[in-house]
Amino acid sequence: MNFDDTPQEAAFRAEARSWIAANAPKQYEDELRATSLGRVGLKNADILEVAKAWQKKKADAGWACLHWPKEYGGRGSSPIERVIWQQEEGPYGKLSGMFIIGHGMCGPTMMAYASEAHKRQYLPPLASGEKVWCQLFSEPAGGSDVAGLRTRAEKRGDDWVINGQKIWTSGAHYSDYGILLTRTDPTVPKHKGLTMFFLDMKSPGVEVRPIKQASGHSDFNEVYFTDVVIPDSQRLGAVNDGWNVALTTLMNERMSIGAGVATGFPELFDFCSNLMLDDRPAIEDRNVRSKLASWAVKASGLKYTSIRAISALSKGERPGPENSIGKLVAGPMIQDVATYALDLQGAAGVLSGPEAELAGKFQAMLLRAPGTRVEGGTDEIMRNIIAERVLGLPGDIRVDKDLPFNQVPTKGRS
Amino acid sequence: MNFDFSDDQKQLRDQARKFLAEKCPPKAVRVVLDGKEPYDRALWKGFAEMGFLGVAIPEEYGGAGAGHLELCVIAEEVGRALAPVPFSSTVYLAAEALMLAGSDAQKQAWLPKIANGEAIGTLALFEGTGNPSPKAIKCEAANGVLNGTKKPVADGAIADLIIVAARTGSTGRDGDISLFLVGPKAGGVEAKALTNLDPTRGQAELTFKNCKAEPLGAAGEGWSIITQVLDRAAVLTAFEQVGGSDRALEMGRDYALDRIAFGRPIGSFQAVKHMLADMYVSATLARSNSYYGAWALSTNAPELPEAAASARISATQAFQHCAKNNIQVHGGMGFTWEFDCHMYYRRANALALGLGSLSYWEDQLIDRMRKRNAA
Repeated sequence: MNFDDTPQEAAFRAEARSWIAANAPKQYEDELRATSLGRVGLKNADILEVAKAWQKKKADAGWACLHWPKEYGGRGSSPIERVIWQQEEGPYGKLSGMFIIGHGMCGPTMMAYASEAHKRQYLPPLASGEKVWCQLFSEPAGGSDVAGLRTRAEKRGDDWVINGQKIWTSGAHYSDYGILLTRTDPTVPKHKGLTMFFLDMKSPGVEVRPIKQASGHSDFNEVYFTDVVIPDSQRLGAVNDGWNVALTTLMNERMSIGAGVATGFPELFDFCSNLMLDDRPAIEDRNVRSKLASWAVKASGLKYTSIRAISALSKGERPGPENSIGKLVAGPMIQDVATYALDLQGAAGVLSGPEAELAGKFQAMLLRAPGTRVEGGTDEIMRNIIAERVLGLPGDIRVDKDLPFNQVPTKGRS
Repeated sequence: MNFDFSDDQKQLRDQARKFLAEKCPPKAVRVVLDGKEPYDRALWKGFAEMGFLGVAIPEEYGGAGAGHLELCVIAEEVGRALAPVPFSSTVYLAAEALMLAGSDAQKQAWLPKIANGEAIGTLALFEGTGNPSPKAIKCEAANGVLNGTKKPVADGAIADLIIVAARTGSTGRDGDISLFLVGPKAGGVEAKALTNLDPTRGQAELTFKNCKAEPLGAAGEGWSIITQVLDRAAVLTAFEQVGGSDRALEMGRDYALDRIAFGRPIGSFQAVKHMLADMYVSATLARSNSYYGAWALSTNAPELPEAAASARISATQAFQHCAKNNIQVHGGMGFTWEFDCHMYYRRANALALGLGSLSYWEDQLIDRMRKRNAA
């Protein structure tokens, strides 16, 4: 067991550090550092433009999508080098937010299922941030029940015609391309009649409508498809084998493990170190210390759990369902941390925005946190994954499992 | 960076697990639990023969000189099997104190005896209610003679070697405390076994009346040594707790698969599944924190104090959580003497207290984090 860099890793770290020092957009550093969970935004610049510029700079120098093969715009790095890069990139890493889905899920799915020509055409501009991708899975009728989706794809000559609606699509409003899961056969059980495609989001018939969230921001969208035409060459995987393609995508979500999952803890620790309560720093209060300590060991436990996973990955093991633990712990923790930070502020905790303590950092965290517990699988789905796939407990009883999809009940109290 | 045990260490783990499965089944634990024996003598002898007692003791003092990572691996198995032997008091406390502060003569005299199972050791620190603190130590030492009372002392009634924390000054500072070594031939020690939450690990009251003792380490260095010993023991105990957490989780999982109610295995109900998933989560976080502690302990890294406190808190919470919910999964059966659930529940709650309770370690962790942030 060795926690230190090997000489090779140390050399990589030094190279990354000096390149970042020479090239990072330092004018935005303070603002980036100040945002935790909530919303990364810049006062005097368009965050998307800044993010794209930084990504392009990284790509040109060979620092984009470190773990991707070089021929698709990556660097062919080891998992540990990826973590070292994340550590060194620090607050500038927050600029990668809008590329996460493209780099972590769409890209790997393309790598597994697209033709070689398509890979060479689409992957490098995805890696360099010139083109942004989104993932069109969730629907109003199928959130956690992903395979319950209803968007139809019908074959017409060499093309497919798409009709239906997606929801909770992160970044669809600034995405250039998307991967799209559709139903191609409603007469078979739900997992067996799905097909995956990729498409140009500017195709005629695609309409993106931002959703105003509880936080007041709009990061997600509804996406409507009206007679959208996709050539058959943009199909990913076999017809009606879309569920297996989607599983590849979701498995790759776990590959995007890093050592820096957001928990809100460092922010809370700083806050408690500086806040005065009864004429002394809050951190000297017995109750505050007890709460901080419990969260501290959760945050460090998550950090070392992901480092264990990376060690396993670097030995050639595949990331397993046990990596669902990160989101399951961090999601509720962010919410609790934010609630507690406001509790310590007393009545003034009710304020938000620039009037509030720390410019409303914890208030923004509070309003964003419920989404974290839902997106990418709810807490309950994460617990099911651990219980069934790690602990080997029986699956939930699924009454629709063997029913043809078009006979699955669609209404509750009728 | 490679954040895992080596193949050799994993092999040692398998070997220890196999040995304990054979020599320390729950019915062996119950012999001690029922008060028929103060500890499992045959198992203790087996520990010595397997080399478990001296794994981290240098070869020149009769040990295997393997190191602390190997000791962590064994500690996990000891916790998993609830081994009813004075392992932690002897190996984590007495041997570590000797290795940290003993003179060469003291190490020569005691470490080989610990390694070969001849000597049971302990640290006599606490004096009634409260957490470790120099102020709480009233036991006095002057002119090589000890006076005072210690309780609870882990395995105090069966110990051959007692390391005693005593007051040698009156400035009210850490420097008032010194350590002493009391051997079996010293007169003036009275030991009384005390009933406790977990009878598979004994507790005692020791009274010293003009008891002859030799200094261990420099005068006035006692508190600093104790802090280091507690940090080291915290990491090792965390591995016992991790082993116990995993076993309690396994028991709960197995029962949930076997037990049918309402026509289904109870493990198919989400309420039960989710409880088991949460047990897995806490056990995993504890394991990861403990690995970091193991690395810090084995390399004597400057991060050790913080890593030890994190491992201690995380593993304490995990074992308590898993042991408690294992009983819940078992329903009424879990609350019976006949099922083994309560043995884990007892051990979890006893281990949570032995090196200072959770609130003590929470305090320690925050102090250490502040110190690092200020540096």
